[in-house]
Amino acid sequence: MKSIAITFLVSLAAASSALAEPMVYQLPPETAELKPGPGVETAIVCTACHSPDYIRTQPPGKGKAFWQAEVQKMIKVYKAPIGEDDAATIANYLAATY
Amino acid sequence: MNRRETLKSALAAGLAVAAGGKLAPATASEKVNLPLGNGERPLVTYPGKRPLIVLTSRPPQLETPFSVFDEGIFTPNDAFYVRYHLADIPLKIDPDAFRLNIQGKVDAPLSLSLDELKSGFEPVELAAVNQCSGNSRGFFEPRVAGGQIANGAMGNARWKGVSLKALLTKAGVQAGAVQVSFQGLDRPVLPETPMFIKALDLDHALDGEVMIAYAMNGEDLPWLNGFPIRLIVPGCYGTYWVKHLNDIKVLDAPLDSFWMKTAYRIPDNVCACTEPGKAPTSTVPIGRFNVRSFLTNIAEGATVQANSNLNLRGIAFDGGYGVSDVAISADDGETWTEAALGEDLGKYSFREWKANVSLEPGKRRLMVRAANRVGQSQPLQPLWNPSGYMRNVVEVTNVIAA
Repeated sequence: MKSIAITFLVSLAAASSALAEPMVYQLPPETAELKPGPGVETAIVCTACHSPDYIRTQPPGKGKAFWQAEVQKMIKVYKAPIGEDDAATIANYLAATY
Repeated sequence: MNRRETLKSALAAGLAVAAGGKLAPATASEKVNLPLGNGERPLVTYPGKRPLIVLTSRPPQLETPFSVFDEGIFTPNDAFYVRYHLADIPLKIDPDAFRLNIQGKVDAPLSLSLDELKSGFEPVELAAVNQCSGNSRGFFEPRVAGGQIANGAMGNARWKGVSLKALLTKAGVQAGAVQVSFQGLDRPVLPETPMFIKALDLDHALDGEVMIAYAMNGEDLPWLNGFPIRLIVPGCYGTYWVKHLNDIKVLDAPLDSFWMKTAYRIPDNVCACTEPGKAPTSTVPIGRFNVRSFLTNIAEGATVQANSNLNLRGIAFDGGYGVSDVAISADDGETWTEAALGEDLGKYSFREWKANVSLEPGKRRLMVRAANRVGQSQPLQPLWNPSGYMRNVVEVTNVIAA
């Protein structure tokens, strides 16, 4: 029954394309946060481009070289505006916290 | 957002609208634990989707719970996985104003409305699997950076749309063209971040199978799967299936884009693999799927009846040669039993398989292995590459027969 109702509504949407208003999509609220740790206040810049769960879901305990490479990738490839000092602080925070 | 927008949004999302025109609230209470380190994920209901496994919320990256693959050979739209690269995704689209532009090295550039796309070209339909290049990356050992997904970044759907060849023919591809590039409505947060643009060689773009889909499983595309149109590249990894597609360019030189020249590249050898931990000496853009198969009706760790006729069921697919054989083993690969294949829905579709086994009591490892019509199969040991692409090891499901 539910699927019939949905099909009907979707058909209705297709048939009513004369409604010249944009369709909108509402994303659910974001809930992930950076873990506390030394340097977290610097690492907050990472969340300008992606939610903190991108960090939290990476493999655990990968260490400094892994996180340094990730920070450098964000700077060199994705052009994150992070200076050398902050890059080191962020990599240290990530290596120690994740 | 006014009431009409709310309503249209709900309609677009394929949601039943509750009294008062409110969207069903998102719930973030449930969690799942994927069987990998740092595998805890929230299950969240996005508009138009059932509760899916959230890898990242910005950009949205949603994994399909594996049990969905036992529901049927086609993956329901509300369960289909979602992967974006860049966080400025379109949240407002006017279908009447939307245009697909075809430009570059063509005789007559086109700017097509959705109505023109639907009425001006012969519709084509195709069943095809979309799989993320990094599906199953979370199982790589040693672990690698990237989206940490289990086996749920894949899905099979019936796509309906327009052949890319028909569009390009109408526009008239000029001499000297070598590639065709594709861009959608999603944008980076920072203007300096490379825009997500992908390209196919001209021959591939004109093969008559690559299509622009406006329907998926008989409905509009779900918003997060590329509404209103996306590119379908049958047999090839999802990176090429550009969502919210609105810009096609015919090029006279290969596309100089981070997303082609640096990202989504695999070792340039037959196995697309390197020694674990080692970088490849040369790379090529990722292309077609390798062969994969899964057991879907028995979960990892399940207790099953011993010494009885145990029914096994699952799916298999490849990059478009077509699955020819599926075999299962319950004795660590010593002996293999041929499975029966289900209906052939096309060489790009999931293919159902069924088999029966009788298990001696105790811990048993159920293995499934497929082969395709050109003899490609799956390795018993996982292959490795630094980006975590193309995992296709023979899958093992541990059960206890009692």
